[in-house]
Order: sequence, then structure tokens, then C-alpha cells
Amino acid sequence: MLAVLVLIAIVGGMLLNKDFPTVDNWSNLLANFVEIALMALPLSLIVITNEIDLSVASMLGLSSSLLGFLWAYKLAMPLAIVICLVVGALCGALNGFLVVRFRLPSLAVTIGTLALFRGFAYIILGDKAVADFPPEYAEFGLGNVPFTFIPSPFVLFIVLALIFWVLLHHTTVGRSIYAIGGNQTAARFSGVNISRLKMLLFIASGVISALAGIVFTFRFSSSRADNGTGFELSAIAAVFLGGVTVQGGKGTVTGVVLSLLLIGIINNVLTLADVASEILRIVTGSLLIISILLPNLIAATQERFRLMQRQREITTLGGASAAK
Amino acid sequence: MAGGQGWLNVLLRSREGSLVLLIAVMTVLTTSLNPRFISPQSLKDLMLNVSIIALLVLGQTVIILMRQIDLSISSIVGITAFLSGSLFINHPGIPGMVVVLIAILAGLLLGAVNATLIAWGRIPALITTLGTLYIFRGANYAWVHGRQVNAVNVPASFLAIGTSTFAGIPFLTWIVLVLLVVFAIGLRQYMVGREFYAIGSNPNAAVLAGINVSRRLATGFLVSGAIAGLAGALWLARFGTVDATAAEGIELTVITSTVVGGVAITGGVGTVVGAVLGALLLSVFSSTLVFLRVPSFWQQSFQGAMLLLAIAADAYLAHRYALRLRVKWSHV
Repeated sequence: MLAVLVLIAIVGGMLLNKDFPTVDNWSNLLANFVEIALMALPLSLIVITNEIDLSVASMLGLSSSLLGFLWAYKLAMPLAIVICLVVGALCGALNGFLVVRFRLPSLAVTIGTLALFRGFAYIILGDKAVADFPPEYAEFGLGNVPFTFIPSPFVLFIVLALIFWVLLHHTTVGRSIYAIGGNQTAARFSGVNISRLKMLLFIASGVISALAGIVFTFRFSSSRADNGTGFELSAIAAVFLGGVTVQGGKGTVTGVVLSLLLIGIINNVLTLADVASEILRIVTGSLLIISILLPNLIAATQERFRLMQRQREITTLGGASAAK
Repeated sequence: MAGGQGWLNVLLRSREGSLVLLIAVMTVLTTSLNPRFISPQSLKDLMLNVSIIALLVLGQTVIILMRQIDLSISSIVGITAFLSGSLFINHPGIPGMVVVLIAILAGLLLGAVNATLIAWGRIPALITTLGTLYIFRGANYAWVHGRQVNAVNVPASFLAIGTSTFAGIPFLTWIVLVLLVVFAIGLRQYMVGREFYAIGSNPNAAVLAGINVSRRLATGFLVSGAIAGLAGALWLARFGTVDATAAEGIELTVITSTVVGGVAITGGVGTVVGAVLGALLLSVFSSTLVFLRVPSFWQQSFQGAMLLLAIAADAYLAHRYALRLRVKWSHV
């Protein structure tokens, strides 16, 4: 069904705007949601295990600020990138530690770390900005893969999406993730190491959010403490729109990738139509709510229909016995 | 000696007691470093700063008691603050009371959107209010469109709500105190209040006890919305200037205050008095940082750390309580 929606969006985009099908525009479209797409991958696995990570955008901001800070202190760029990824892993490990060891609700923990990590970003950079990144890295952020319209950072997403797809759908780890979301107690008794798996997922979320922060920094050649504020909304919207359920245990990588594409196309079409960015926020927020409201309404209607049918059966049975 | 220990024990045992103690210690320490900390002017500033947050904490307490969360309050405050200002601009001579009532009504309406989606659409409160946080703020940006309400547009009599005092205490703080008493009594003595606790302690048991959970959830989000509407009108009175970014991000401060004040994020535990003391503690803490010349950039991470500490402390206390119960009943 999502594939149909994506097709409708593409056709609609072509009808609405002659610039939509151009190569330049598609390269733009893909580049514009690469950070959110990266963060949505580990996030969807976390949501399948019935947890959530609201701190992804703050980890992105922290990594972007740290990269700028280290570069301004003349650290070699490869080393600075490695440090950012390690810090991302540590941030994710803190989330995982609090959730797994202290059994705290991940919702509350990651609201706390959302403030904490964004706070760290402000401590590191304050209201300053770092912009003089070396041209070859800025080129990676802005350029395309040679001879194609695919933006270079998007290759990272393609590779990671493939890895996550194999991991979730073709390995025991993937089955364990579904098992935890389906029934945590049953998963424990079947020998799934829940604590370790959740810990690893939170760490993966930290590392990939940090990677998204690095991509963001190079794409805009700008490192600021408020980079990516509010991105968690789009990432979470993509996860739920992609068919991952709130109750956990369900969802596919393909679904999430399609919903990312859908959100990317909608944003692109609206931007081409000169729709203001505030309206984009309204659209993303509404998509998030609708993605859960619609399945709920369908389920409720089916339930009512089933009840009505049962009632009819009972009345006919009752009528039959009365006739006897 | 034993009496003294008992007194200290009682103080530390209750969350309210330990909060008062923490606030007192922090005040004494900061005052010893900088005596201006307890000057009448800075005390008044402190009370004014905490008032609007404390007001929002009242609504959030009701929500968190039911194991829910309302992230959208900051956007509701933003919209109703600008609405109040534009009412004064477009209808000169409109009585302040009418503006406050319209703001509350608008807040109630936005709260009703949350209530409908959560109670009858069965969407988790986190998802709903994360969505409406951005939808309401986006609508606000689209409506405000770069305009601004300035203090000159607002009648002096209305701005006086945010500056004047009565018996040494700011008028704004009086409003919060009166509502605090209403909420404290309502949650403690009345059926509705007890039902909020019951839903948070055990939702399934609450259903079996005959509580209409959907209706109570809706009540909670309506109350939270109306309170945010009132806070919006008072925001205008307090600051005079309002643009599209008004109150952005304060939902974090409000939730942190509530949880630091002993309202467990897992529901069913806590009081409004504790929650408001939590707001006071956070406010004293942030002015302490200012007085100690800590850069303002540090504020946010301190807030996040406090929220994490409070959740961890709650979980630890609940764990110990469960252990004690097990020991107590182990002979059965």
C-alpha cells in the first residue's frame, strides 16, 4: 500500500510541477532527507522492541558541534570523525544503560537525554558556528556519485539500509528483535538476551545519529549547536508511517524506506510549490498522527463489523429455537 | 536526640520534605556567596519566573499521574499568548478578563484535539502530543507570519497582572497559589482526583473498578489545555512582547519540574504540591547558576541531568518499597 502511495506522490509531483522529474531535483530530494533516513533505520528496530529513542536529533547536534569544535582546534579530520562516532556510541550506551540496567522507561530516559545531549552541544560551541571545513569533505557532502544523480552521502544510507534489512529479516538477531516486541517474557524464556540486544540497538542509534551529524555538517559546511533541532519528529513519523506499530513486534525495513521516500517526496513537492517551512511541520506532524490513527480506525471498524455479524448470528439462532 | 532524628527522617521520607530542604540548602549556600540572592527584587523575580512554569506543572501533574504525557503545552501557550495580544490590538478597549477567558477557551479547544485523538483515536499520548506540538507551533508560525505583539499594544492594567504585587507576593504567584489549593484538594478529596491516581497505578484494575478511563483521559488533556491557555494570557501579561517563538521548549522544563517534584513518570504517585516545589527547586537552581556566573549554555544539560536523576531516584524508591512489602508479607 505504501508503494502505491509513493507512486501516487510521484505522479502527483510530476503533474503539479515540471521541475519535479528533473535529475537535479531528485538529487536534491534524496540529499535532503539523508540524515533523517539514517536515524530512522536503528530507530525502527528500537520501536519494534517496544522502546523509543527521542534523543536522536540531539545526538546529531552534539556530533555536529563536536566535529566543528575539534576541527577548529586543528585536529586531523579523520581523527575528529572517529571521535564523533565514539562519542555517539557513548551517548547511545548511556541511553541503553539507563533503560536496561535500571529498567527505566525509554520514553522518559530519552526525553532527559534529549535535553542533556543538546545541552552538551551548547556547552561545546555556545552560540558560535564553525564553517571553514576542508573543500574535499564539503564536496563529499554536496556532490553526487560520479555519473549519477545519487548524492554521495545517500550511498551511506543505501549501504546501511541493506545491512539493516539483512539483519532484521535474515538473521536470528532479527527474529529476536521481533520476539522481544511480540512478547518480552516469552522471548526471555526462549533464551533471547534482551538486555544485550537492547543495549546494542541504543548504541547503534547513537553511532548512526552521530554519523548523520557528520553528514549534516559537511552538507551545509556548518557546525552549530542547534543543528537538526526537531529532526526526531520526522524520524519517528517515518518509522510509524512505515508500518512499525506502537505496540512493537511488527514492521519491515522496506516499509520504513518507502515511508521515508514518501515523506521526502511530499516535502520536496511542497517546497517546489513555495510552501513555507512551517506548513511542512504541520504536514509532518499530521502524517505522524494519521499513520497511527488510520490503522486504529480500520481495526475498530472491523471489530464493530464482526460484533454486528455475531449479533445477527445470535438473533437468527434465537429465532430458530423460538420457532421450534 | 531520638526526636531530632525522627523529625529529620520524616522530612527526608516525604518528597515534599526533601525538596524544601534542598531548596533551603541551595538558598543558604548561594546567599553566603552572594547576599543579593535574597534581596526583595531577586525574590520577586524568582517568584515571577517560577509562576508560569508552576501553573503548567499543575496540568502536567494530572496527565503524568495517569501515566500519560503532554508535550504540546508549550505550543498551546505560544498560540494563546499571541491570540491574547492580537485581541488587544484588534479590539481596543476589550476587558482583560474577557481576553483571559477567550485564551482559556482556546486552550481548552486545542486540548480537546489531543483529548479526542488520545481517548477515542487510541493513539499513545506521546505520539499525539509530539505531533500536535509541531502542528500547533507550525500553525502559530503561519498565523503570526513574522509579526510581533509589543508591550505598547497591551493595556497597562493587563501588564500589571505580571508586575504588581499584593501583600508582598506578585499577583501572578497568587493566581498559581489559589489554583494549587484547588488542584491539591481536588486530587486528594474528590472522586475525579482519585480516579486519576487509580488509572495511573493500574489501568486494567481501573477499568474493572468501573472507571470510564477514556473519559478521564479526555478530562486530563482538557484540563492541561485550559491551564496552558491561561498560562498563555499570563505569558503576555508577564513579558509584554510575544512573537511566534514564545514559550518554545518550555515543555521540557515543565516535565522535568513535575518529575523532580515526585510525580512518577510511571503514573499513580505524586502530589501537585510536590510538583510545584519541583518547579521552585529548578527555578532556584537556575538562578543559582546565574548568580555563580555559570554560562547560560549549561542550563539545558543540567535540566536533562536532573530529569534523569529524578527518574532513577523514583525507580529506586519503588524498588525498595516493593522489597519491603515482600518482606512484610513473606510470613503469609
